[in-house]
Amino acid sequence: MSNAFDISLTVNGERVQERVEARKTLVDFLREDLALTGSHVGCEHGVCGACTVRVNGEIVRGCLMLAVQCEGAKVETIEGMSDSGEVADLQTAFEQRNALQCGYCTPGMIAAAQDLLKRGGVPARDEIREHLSGNYCRCTGYHAIVDAVQAVARARTKGR
Amino acid sequence: MKPAPFAYKKAQSVDEAVALLAEDDARLLAGGQSLIATLNMRLSAPSLLIDINGLGGLDGIAVKGGAVEIGALTRHAQAERSDLIAQQAPLIARAMPHIGHPAIRNRGTLGGSIAFADPAAELPACLLALDGEIEATGPKGKRTIKAQDFFKGLFETALGQQEVLTAIRVPAAANDTRVGFSELARRHGDYAIVGLAASARAKGKGLSDVRLAYFGVGNTPVRAKKAEAALASGDIEAAVNVLDLAPHDDVQATGTVKKHLAGVLLRRVAKQLLEAG
Repeated sequence: MSNAFDISLTVNGERVQERVEARKTLVDFLREDLALTGSHVGCEHGVCGACTVRVNGEIVRGCLMLAVQCEGAKVETIEGMSDSGEVADLQTAFEQRNALQCGYCTPGMIAAAQDLLKRGGVPARDEIREHLSGNYCRCTGYHAIVDAVQAVARARTKGR
Repeated sequence: MKPAPFAYKKAQSVDEAVALLAEDDARLLAGGQSLIATLNMRLSAPSLLIDINGLGGLDGIAVKGGAVEIGALTRHAQAERSDLIAQQAPLIARAMPHIGHPAIRNRGTLGGSIAFADPAAELPACLLALDGEIEATGPKGKRTIKAQDFFKGLFETALGQQEVLTAIRVPAAANDTRVGFSELARRHGDYAIVGLAASARAKGKGLSDVRLAYFGVGNTPVRAKKAEAALASGDIEAAVNVLDLAPHDDVQATGTVKKHLAGVLLRRVAKQLLEAG
């Protein structure tokens, strides 16, 4: 049995074909092979959430999935979410409300927040905290992040 | 922190997975939410990973003969959204939001969590509290293992080397079924410092058949049988006073603190058991 595999998947809407070692995690594949460095590598054991990306529409830990498991999958990273404008309002709100300082957690935080807001409505602060509980931020103390997410939820609800 | 090299094979059937497990040091890859972390940290370095994701027929949720059967590859998020689990296996539904975080629950599987048998995990304790059972498939076919016989020690189960956990079964809830669940963790979704999964039957204004399964207090989920008896006789404080647990110190808390917290949880869960319905 071989340790390297040809995989074919979609990343941010583009078809990608690469040969990967079985042991390569999804986030390392995105960063090293595709130069998509917006997904960050923090703890590498599923605790910090900095590597959060979407696979087939659901958020996952990029460090707890192997690239080889993404054969045929549709992967979306912060680069794709940014380019499409899907999270532009979240990004602006994070900036305006100082919901980031060093920014290391921000791509994962935005991906997780968008996952919650996609459900619609204005989540309570507790719900926001619970949904973002898997994403560490060591700068802000979270209050500003919760403020930003809730403000965007309110704006989106009004906009509809 | 990168995994050591390993061979990888995506199994096309349970039988193929069983056959591949004959190789020394092969491991099954289900949701991978614990396994890949241990690979990254090189706490585990298997020679072969057998990926069972996508195997047909292992992610169903159904009521069969008075029991709720949940396929091993059912992901936590899928169980969390299941009306059938909410109605027929309410203890599992209550535990779900405490298992990891949304991104973890999208990948992690119920079977994986049971087979990994982390002593601080929610589902093994739920299975024990519900007097549930595990279906394992091996070279000789299927067999059923009661939850009380399944958790053997720290991360150790009754599964043989070539057995695949294929389903779990818990009794479907009856009108008089009462369940309770509570845990204390430093951060929502983290492994518990101490947790308690409980089931009982309503009997008049009191309870019978009380089963208290604690997690985070030993090498396996642990039942507190003296406290169960005291609670069945209706005295919550007596149950706390006779709480028969002897937790060891760990990185999260000392044994003394855990024992205290176990009493705190017992009061909370006893209220749930008595108020529910």
